[in-house]
Amino acid sequence: MLELRLDGRHPVLGVIDAQVREGDRICLLGPSGVGKTTLLNGIAGLDPQLRPMIEQRAGLRVGYLFQEHRLLPWRTVRQNLALVGASAADIERLLAEVGLSGAADSLPDQLSLGMARRAALARCLAIKPDLLLLDEPFASLDAERAAELRGLIARLLDQHPAMAMICVTHDPRDADDLASRLWYLSGVPAKLRCDEPPGSPVDLSELSERQRRA
Amino acid sequence: MNGSRWACWIALPCAVALWTLIALVVQTPLLPSPAAVLDTFWQATQSGELPEHLLVTLRRVLFAFVLAMGLGTLLGVWMGRSRLANAVLDPLLVLFLNLPALVTIILLYVWFGLVEAAAVLAVVINKVPNVAVTVREGARSIDPKLEQMALVYRFTRWQRIRHVWLPQLFPYLMAATRGGLALIWKIVLVVELLGRSDGIGFQLHMAFQVFDVASILAYSLAFIAVVQLIELALLQPLERRASSWREAGVRHA
Repeated sequence: MLELRLDGRHPVLGVIDAQVREGDRICLLGPSGVGKTTLLNGIAGLDPQLRPMIEQRAGLRVGYLFQEHRLLPWRTVRQNLALVGASAADIERLLAEVGLSGAADSLPDQLSLGMARRAALARCLAIKPDLLLLDEPFASLDAERAAELRGLIARLLDQHPAMAMICVTHDPRDADDLASRLWYLSGVPAKLRCDEPPGSPVDLSELSERQRRA
Repeated sequence: MNGSRWACWIALPCAVALWTLIALVVQTPLLPSPAAVLDTFWQATQSGELPEHLLVTLRRVLFAFVLAMGLGTLLGVWMGRSRLANAVLDPLLVLFLNLPALVTIILLYVWFGLVEAAAVLAVVINKVPNVAVTVREGARSIDPKLEQMALVYRFTRWQRIRHVWLPQLFPYLMAATRGGLALIWKIVLVVELLGRSDGIGFQLHMAFQVFDVASILAYSLAFIAVVQLIELALLQPLERRASSWREAGVRHA
């Protein structure tokens, strides 16, 4: 089932023609500053220039894990989850899932970076998203924490097979672990290449080469 | 750290001692001693005169304060969030900011007569621009990242105001409240002096006619004490409660 389709010309991102289907696991790769976050914001409905290009299934719920946690710093983790409509039981379950059962009544700024990101991930899941947007979820975490979070996200994706995901990342290894499809954004003006079957998939080795040079 | 707890008790007693000393030296009813002022205060309190006028003035302050804060906050948020509204209203705001309180008071008394509504309205008109300017700063500093978050997670308008905007506007609202209280009660006294027949301002006017400095000081000090009490009993606890989350990050670090 088609969840979302992007079609048109964007002043920064150029011509875009892309689709997200139910259960798609997409990694969005590309050099820094090329507009990956702009594209993700656009898909979340935050870019007025991209909005007219979006066609989405009615009632599509989008959960967005921003680069920063963007929890309300004056509300506890529990209150932050309740604000997006999670019931008390849901909150307990979600926090257990992300390994934060003990931190329900902490304020976001009392948590470490990794914990705050997991709390924000719990908030994403609280709205039972059809499409999960992750903006560099493993950035600025040490290798161990990054691996933990990668495992957690892989597990969540297994649990919710219908949920689609778009994950912005710098690291092609994330794509190996999480993605079933790749989007590659590069160039000036930017061009989005999607591995739409039956089109040819983006060559990962070429990608890694570019990443190393960037 | 411990020294600063006591430091606030240095200047005030020194001022009172100096006042006593000068009053003793000059020996004139135009500068009564602190004891004489206290005596006048006590008599005015016993006779019920001071509490009565104090309450009248407090009621005016309260009315004007609530109206000015409400209107000023709405105006400030609107101007802070909308560039168009700011462009249209900013010249007016500057005009009213620079309009002397006395002019507003005189004009309103001339146009509407020496009535209660004119008195309160004059104070409100004087205060609204100050509140609006302060709150506008706050509205401009609202974090756009949290705005995006609220949009993505489909916060209702009320959730956004209550949980996203209010905590961010709070320091600015507190600043407006502090400055507001101090400014409003000063203007209320002028309003009373010029056109009301009750309130502290009216009493000061009467005392001025007969150069009764003891009464002037007794009434002023009583009112300063009340305003200070509001600050200590209401504003400071409120501020502590609402900003406790700020310390969370520091404690963690």
